[in-house]
Amino acid sequence: MAEPEGLLDIDNLSVSFRTPRGDLQALRNVSLKMGKGEIVGVIGESGCGKSTLINSIIGLLPANTCALSGHIRFAGEDIVGMADRDLRRLRGERITTIFQDPMTALNPVLSIGTQMTAIQYRRNSSPREKQRRTVEFLEKVRMPDAEKRLGQYPHQFSGGMRQRICIAMALLTEPDLLIADEPTTALDATLEVQVIRLLRELQRDIGCSVLFISHHLGAVAELCERVAIMYAGEVVEQGSVRDIFRDPRHPYTRKLLECDPGRILELRAVMPTIGGDLPDLVHIPKGCIFRERCPDRFERCSERPPVETIRAGHRAACHKARELANP
Amino acid sequence: MRDSTFGRIIREPMGALGITLVVLIVLGALFAGFTGYNPAKLAMRERFLDPSLSHLFGTDHLGRDLFTRVLFGARIALGVASIATSISFIGGLLLGMIAGYGPRWLDSLLLLFFDSLRSFPTVMLALALVTLTGPSLGAVILVVVLAMLPGYARVVRAQTMSLKSSEFVLSARTLGARPWRILAIHIMPNLSGPLVILVSMDNPVVITIEAGMSFLGLGVRPPTPSWGSILNDGYAFIRESSWPAIAGGLPIIDPRLRRDG
Amino acid sequence: MLAYALKRTGLAVIITAISLILLISMIQFIPGDPAAVLLGPLASPEMRELFKQQMGLDQPAIIQIARFFGRVLTGDLGTDVLTNRSVLITVVEQLPYTLALIATSIGWSALLGIPLGCFAAVYRGSLADRIVGVLSVSSIALPSFVVAVYGLLLFSVRLGWFPTIGAGDTGAPLDQLYHLVLPSLAVGLGWVGYLARMVRASMLEVLSENHIRLARAFGLQERTITYQYALKIAIIPTIVILGMGVGNMISSAVFAEIVFARPGVGRLIFDAISTRNYPVVMGAVMITTGFYVLCTLAADLIAAGLDPRVRSAL
Repeated sequence: MAEPEGLLDIDNLSVSFRTPRGDLQALRNVSLKMGKGEIVGVIGESGCGKSTLINSIIGLLPANTCALSGHIRFAGEDIVGMADRDLRRLRGERITTIFQDPMTALNPVLSIGTQMTAIQYRRNSSPREKQRRTVEFLEKVRMPDAEKRLGQYPHQFSGGMRQRICIAMALLTEPDLLIADEPTTALDATLEVQVIRLLRELQRDIGCSVLFISHHLGAVAELCERVAIMYAGEVVEQGSVRDIFRDPRHPYTRKLLECDPGRILELRAVMPTIGGDLPDLVHIPKGCIFRERCPDRFERCSERPPVETIRAGHRAACHKARELANP
Repeated sequence: MRDSTFGRIIREPMGALGITLVVLIVLGALFAGFTGYNPAKLAMRERFLDPSLSHLFGTDHLGRDLFTRVLFGARIALGVASIATSISFIGGLLLGMIAGYGPRWLDSLLLLFFDSLRSFPTVMLALALVTLTGPSLGAVILVVVLAMLPGYARVVRAQTMSLKSSEFVLSARTLGARPWRILAIHIMPNLSGPLVILVSMDNPVVITIEAGMSFLGLGVRPPTPSWGSILNDGYAFIRESSWPAIAGGLPIIDPRLRRDG
Repeated sequence: MLAYALKRTGLAVIITAISLILLISMIQFIPGDPAAVLLGPLASPEMRELFKQQMGLDQPAIIQIARFFGRVLTGDLGTDVLTNRSVLITVVEQLPYTLALIATSIGWSALLGIPLGCFAAVYRGSLADRIVGVLSVSSIALPSFVVAVYGLLLFSVRLGWFPTIGAGDTGAPLDQLYHLVLPSLAVGLGWVGYLARMVRASMLEVLSENHIRLARAFGLQERTITYQYALKIAIIPTIVILGMGVGNMISSAVFAEIVFARPGVGRLIFDAISTRNYPVVMGAVMITTGFYVLCTLAADLIAAGLDPRVRSAL
């Protein structure tokens, strides 16, 4: 599958944090490309580096970051090493973010109208115009009585409504790239479906690219065109949703799909899990990062696996990538 | 837990300074009798001497050695502090446990009592009390207890309530243990550790109350030296010599051991 | 909000009533004969009996308390033994001096302490933060009466910059302000550090919350985030603390008034003790206690009003 015209090009990105135990290598040689208007999913369990990836893109890495290498090219400009002022011009204007927990994502003492107007501070429009735009976008996320509710505070909205407000905020500036960090994890199942449909509809409307971070395979399959699987700070496999879900080549992806409750058809006494724990990211083991937990490991796994290209756009970092085809 | 707290305090420069000063004060109180001077003996020919090798802090308006008086003042400060904190500790523990474990009406009543006691500004309480009792160390101790106890009781009450619903207390209750037994065996040991730390952190506050009351003449009677009364003497003769005021004030500038330096 | 305000006000009234009961029943609980203490050792038994009758001390406690509340509700706090004037008037005359001292002290300490705390939180771990930390701890460690005496010694006696006694000429505001400098330094100094620490702690807590991360992700300027997004939340607990601070400052004001020979309620009580003017002592303690309860009530209500989560809950 051909990759469309580039918007975001993450190239060999590595990030480490200083901790009392030593330097924690949260991201190692991550490469990921995104085209204009494309929806890309990132899947991984907690601690795999999803949040670090987001923070790198929006330039908000914590103060204990000690090493940052590689490139993040956004519309041709490299975010790595960009001055804070230039970064802030991108954040909230061309790159916006929706965070995981809608209950704590909004400021409790400012009305939602105030918060949504505040993020338009770069626009040279009148307060009335800004408010009109706020109402317009609240209506887009199907907020009933949007105009009347501008003066209300976050605690007066339900969790689902708050996530809609966050989505409206994120789309208000018509960004080029929307980063959605597990936007549905804190919501219950019915709300999740609604929010995902809403996101897709609005994405078509505005035409932005979406980086959709989730550990919910079903949501990713529903929304995304391409998907990257992350494990312990590395991208182990990436490709089109069709390739990854039909023909996964990395053992971790295969295990992940086996464990997805949505795909388990027969009733079993014990739910399948992946045995073992995440490796210690302070003392990275040599060779393949997934080796300890891998069902298909053999001698060569003590060497670092190459990134094998299975077909156009479908790559997996495994020695056996070419052999592990689904029948 | 206490070890780690202590370790953290000692690593902070302010904390280390605090601990050193506390040790100095305790040593001073212990060896107060070895300076070669009597803290109450008058020597009118040696009034208002500046500090020298024979009088480290100088002498006051009656020619008494200020260093000796400050050391003896440490005895008063530490004595009042230990008696008053012990009473507040025991009282706060008992009343707090009763409020936290007892019936709701008793809890509300005790809470109102604690909050009412806390609504007196401390010095006002001291002034009102001393009008009735006359100045004495007993009055100082009473004021300290009334000022500190409600706070401790409130902390104990909150802790008791959370322990009350913990699993080991619930299991003891289902086994039919009596309330007093549960309080004594299951709840009190879990409370006293944190409370001891809290109370010892408050020692400087207690010492300040003692010094403040003695400064106002509501505490120890002359000629007994207390830091507050030394400071007050220094204040009275502030135009004659600076040293008595400085000597009386220095030890009250307290080495507070803050929990979150 | 209304329900909260009513509940909180009701609680304040009850607490004031109970503390007044505690205050007057002290006379019962204190061992020994209060009449003997109050009249001094030279008083004859007849004088003591007469005194007890005058004060109503011969009646049962319940009746004393009931009578007392009856009088308090009509504004009668008793009669000044020395001048035969109403205690209420005597105290109210002195109140403005004390209020001026407390207001100035809380004003300058808040104006300095709150920005310092903010600054330390925003530049956390910087050299400036450390300096603020050390300064605030050392200023908390200074009891007001030591600051008062040392301030008097240094700035008045040695350097001669500030007056040593009094409150300044009435009708000359500048002179009165000049006389307020050292006393309010003594009363407020410890509070600068305390406030700075409190604001720093609550700012740090707020700055680590998710919504601040979102505000940053939207590229809001740090200035907006600090002063509009974070401080608006962090100031709420600070206001409650300021309310409680007034009670602390009433105590400190007593020392400042005595050291600098200023008129005021503290000085009034202090003088009344030496003249055994018991009704004045009790009246003044009652009024200051009531004032303190009022201040904490006001602070709690303001804090609730600033928090939409409480404000909108009916």
